[in-house]
Amino acid sequence: MKKNIFAILASGSLLSITPAFATTQAEDIAALKAYFAERWPNVKDGDMSNGAYSLSEDKRINWESMRDFPPYEDHLAIGEEIWNTSFKNGNTWASCFGDDPSKIRNRFPHWNARDKKVETLEGNIIQCQKANGEEPFKAKKGKIAYFSAWLASQANGQTINVVVPQDDPDAVAAYEAGRQFFYAKRGQLNLSCADCHVYQSGYYARGNLLSPVRGHTTHFPVWRGKWARSGGDGFGTLHRRYGGCNSQVRAKSFKAHGKEYSNLEYFHASMSNGMTINAPDYRE
Amino acid sequence: MKFQSKSSVVALAVIAAISTVNVPLASADEALIAKGKEVSFDRKKGNCLTCHQIPGGTLTGNIGPPLIAMKARYPDKAQLRADIWDMTKRSPDTMMPPFGKYGVLTESEIDAVTEYIHSL
Ligand code: HEC
Ligand code: HEC
Repeated sequence: MKKNIFAILASGSLLSITPAFATTQAEDIAALKAYFAERWPNVKDGDMSNGAYSLSEDKRINWESMRDFPPYEDHLAIGEEIWNTSFKNGNTWASCFGDDPSKIRNRFPHWNARDKKVETLEGNIIQCQKANGEEPFKAKKGKIAYFSAWLASQANGQTINVVVPQDDPDAVAAYEAGRQFFYAKRGQLNLSCADCHVYQSGYYARGNLLSPVRGHTTHFPVWRGKWARSGGDGFGTLHRRYGGCNSQVRAKSFKAHGKEYSNLEYFHASMSNGMTINAPDYRE
Repeated sequence: MKFQSKSSVVALAVIAAISTVNVPLASADEALIAKGKEVSFDRKKGNCLTCHQIPGGTLTGNIGPPLIAMKARYPDKAQLRADIWDMTKRSPDTMMPPFGKYGVLTESEIDAVTEYIHSL
């Protein structure tokens, strides 16, 4: 019996606080901005890309001292080297992404109208490798994160503008699926992304100050102290973080760059529209 | 010790003897409360400190209200148990996980947690 309940939960079918009516991307962004502005009148909208550190002076001081000696410089150098290395068939990354590395990060995520799906930067990196007969990178950490982080760093300062073509019902549906994912209660602990990153952002879960969703994606991939302590080098992609935030509520996590997380990213990244890219960054 | 009178040493010994004898009986309640505390603090079980301040807990969160003066808050222990079992019944959008309904804790663990929280 217990097993059965768990299976239903894991599929994420409990949508108890999903807003009952569909809203547009522009409405969602405006609503969130207004919500956070009211809760924290002294926090500037743009500063929320610094996550929890925009909300606590104490946390911010620690974070700033960590950033004085960024732990990820060597990995960015590897990322650049990857960009400059041709495939065995002689092609370069430019054959997939164009030849200006500063013009790549900010085109993602985007809607591919022909294949009717959301494309993510990391998903397309893997696709590019496969198309060129290369062994693809692992999906969530290691080289894919170094490469993606370097590409993002080349785009720093650019304004995020994820586009959801309102005249394409499939694109709108993908966005809506991402929004549902974000607001749906899930897992054995019955928590939604919004519970932690909208309603309770600014509060503490144990020692963790919960960050606001606005600004969540501006600085990914991130280098996390916690990931470094768990045996890796600290770097991880956005979909790695999704997996972690799903499994901590004992919900099923989904495949990186699969449909669920790509749709989630489409919504989630949209919520940072108008903010600037500032990647990579350090997180505790 | 050096300044202690002989009679008080004897008294201590007697108390020690009595309490040793009494340990197995030391009210079922206390054992239950101790188990409840363990389950409540255990990160893999109740993990209540993620959201609640509880006396004696460190690095506590503040998503939920501090759990203090619980007898005043819950004159009816059964209501406390019902809330721990499924807070969503009273508060549909709550952050608090439905510990009984979704099988996060067993029924006997919830009994123990109820006893412990009610003692705060
Ligand atoms: C039980 C609480 C909880 C839930 C539910 C939750 N998260 Fe998190 N999340 C955290 C904590 C704690 C952190 C680390 C502190 C912080 O930056 O907020 C975090 C961090 C993040 C970050 C990194 C923020 C940054 O500035 O680098 C992202 C992105 C994120 N979560 C997305 C999600 C998404 C998407 C979901 C739902 C699939 C989700 N979270 C669900 C607790 C939660
Ligand atoms: C993820 C967050 C979270 C966790 C974990 C959690 N709670 Fe709560 N709890 C809450 C919130 C939020 C409330 C406020 C009630 C509401 O949401 O309606 C609450 C309310 C309560 C109340 C009612 C307090 C009052 O005075 O109304 C009790 C009792 C309680 N929790 C006990 C527990 C116990 C025992 C545990 C662990 C076994 C626990 N909680 C774990 C979030 C949590």
